[in-house]
Amino acid sequence: MSMVRTDALSHDYLIYEDEESDQGTPVRALSEVTIDIREGEFVSILGHNGSGKSTLAKHLNALLLPTEGTVWIEGMDTKDDDKLWDIRQRAGMIFQNPDNQIIASVVEEDVAFGPENMGVPTQEIWDRVNSALERTGMTAYREHSPNRLSGGQKQRVAIAGVLAMQPKCIIMDEPTAMLDPVGRKEVLAAVHQLNRELGITVILITHYMEEVIDSDRLFVMNKGRVVMSGTPKELFARVEEFEELGLAVPQITMLGYELKKAGLDLPDAILTREEMTEALCRLR
Amino acid sequence: MSITLENVGFVYGAGSVYEKTALKDVNLTIEDGEFVGIIGHTGSGKSTLIQLFNALMQPTTGKVYYQGKDIWGPGYNRRELRFHVGLVFQYPEHQLFETDVMSDVCFGPKNQGLSKEECEHQASLALSAVGIGEDYYKKSPFELSGGEKRRVCIAGVLAMNPDVLIMDEPTAGLDPAGRDEILDLISRMHKNRGITVVLVSHSMEDVARYVERLIVMNDGEKAYDGTPREVFRNYEELEKIGLSAPQVTYLMHDLKAKGFDVDEDASTVEEAKTSILKVFGMTDSSGES
Repeated sequence: MSMVRTDALSHDYLIYEDEESDQGTPVRALSEVTIDIREGEFVSILGHNGSGKSTLAKHLNALLLPTEGTVWIEGMDTKDDDKLWDIRQRAGMIFQNPDNQIIASVVEEDVAFGPENMGVPTQEIWDRVNSALERTGMTAYREHSPNRLSGGQKQRVAIAGVLAMQPKCIIMDEPTAMLDPVGRKEVLAAVHQLNRELGITVILITHYMEEVIDSDRLFVMNKGRVVMSGTPKELFARVEEFEELGLAVPQITMLGYELKKAGLDLPDAILTREEMTEALCRLR
Repeated sequence: MSITLENVGFVYGAGSVYEKTALKDVNLTIEDGEFVGIIGHTGSGKSTLIQLFNALMQPTTGKVYYQGKDIWGPGYNRRELRFHVGLVFQYPEHQLFETDVMSDVCFGPKNQGLSKEECEHQASLALSAVGIGEDYYKKSPFELSGGEKRRVCIAGVLAMNPDVLIMDEPTAGLDPAGRDEILDLISRMHKNRGITVVLVSHSMEDVARYVERLIVMNDGEKAYDGTPREVFRNYEELEKIGLSAPQVTYLMHDLKAKGFDVDEDASTVEEAKTSILKVFGMTDSSGES
């Protein structure tokens, strides 16, 4: 069953050079993107700044509509006005800055905001809030004020807020860019758990290559197009191509690549330190 | 003895119900020409600390000295100080406000009281240092990419010819190429102009690669202060305070545990490579640095 599907999706932004005229010049941000993400998949999207990642993400819950082509979320066309709220409820979005997405003064009220707006009955709201806080490990903070939480905790509250809407899919646009190392780990662990235990489809956009090695599949974007797709193992073997695209590979993968170049007989695309240790032990 | 903090404490909202201690009894000296990294979990006091360096905030207790003078002493010219100690905030592109790149970079020198010609001269030197060419001078800042905007902001501070450059997470939100571009630029500036650099970062890999000295903040106190190798040796303690060591440092410890005679303090890909090759009786012949 496909969760997210796009067919030749293109998107133009309008740039207004001249303040007087209302005639904008179209600039192509997405170009004929065709992808298919299955229910329950964990997919990451990589690409340099301006490659079209965020524009793509915003099409996946109908914040933007295609200039050309089509986007379906669980078979619903995002251009269909009647389906808009169904789509937004099914595909929840998490943004970069935790401070921009928290609105209530108490954690549990913030998490309840989504289901409240959907008209969920009060008792069920409480059930959903309880379970969302439990799932993200934030139950102990339910009566706290969000502004006293760390960045990683705030992002987990934002995830709990999306979770309370019982989405089928969570789209995260650089959710860890502003977090410290432990905050990054917390957020990643939380979404992987949701993916594993609840089968929620996850689409993660990030600049940290270490964060994507456990993904089922990666898409690499450049100039509005998807230029590479495959498993982390398949793609991270292509170190030079990544560098040409303004990207990097995980630090361990880079070390493996360098050691191989210097003459050590190592396999391609070593992703974790465990793999590296094992490979080096075998050479001994 | 460029910047010295002596028993510095800082309390937000003192006396109110929101009272929060951000810094406790911090003592440190940043020497002229050093390249210093500051790491710490969110809320550890990093941002408060750097705002004390150029007198944007006044310590609740203790003293801050610049070149030996108490910057909160009577008659001290703090406006002048801010020209010497330049601060680039987090997400500085949110502070671009002029209609074109040139005017934005001229804002600093204009406030220093320079003539229009001098301002533009300073601005073009700064812009060329960050690799922004003349074809960009008349562009609106909003037409630039994320990395370009960030470089224009850095030029805005450089145009004032500061002796100390303080940057709060200058690479947050940038892609790997943009990250390297900014860090290489800062590193060049440090080498060529001898400018003192203080870099606040959440990327352990970045600080390991670039800085000479690393200060770790935890709950408003200085937890470690040393070379990156020395600091990352305490990786277990660093994890307890919301940080980590670079990936390769963990790998080196794993290898050591398996009986390989490797340099377990290696904190960059280069160091790890050299050490592993040595164990296998090989030398690095690729000639790359």
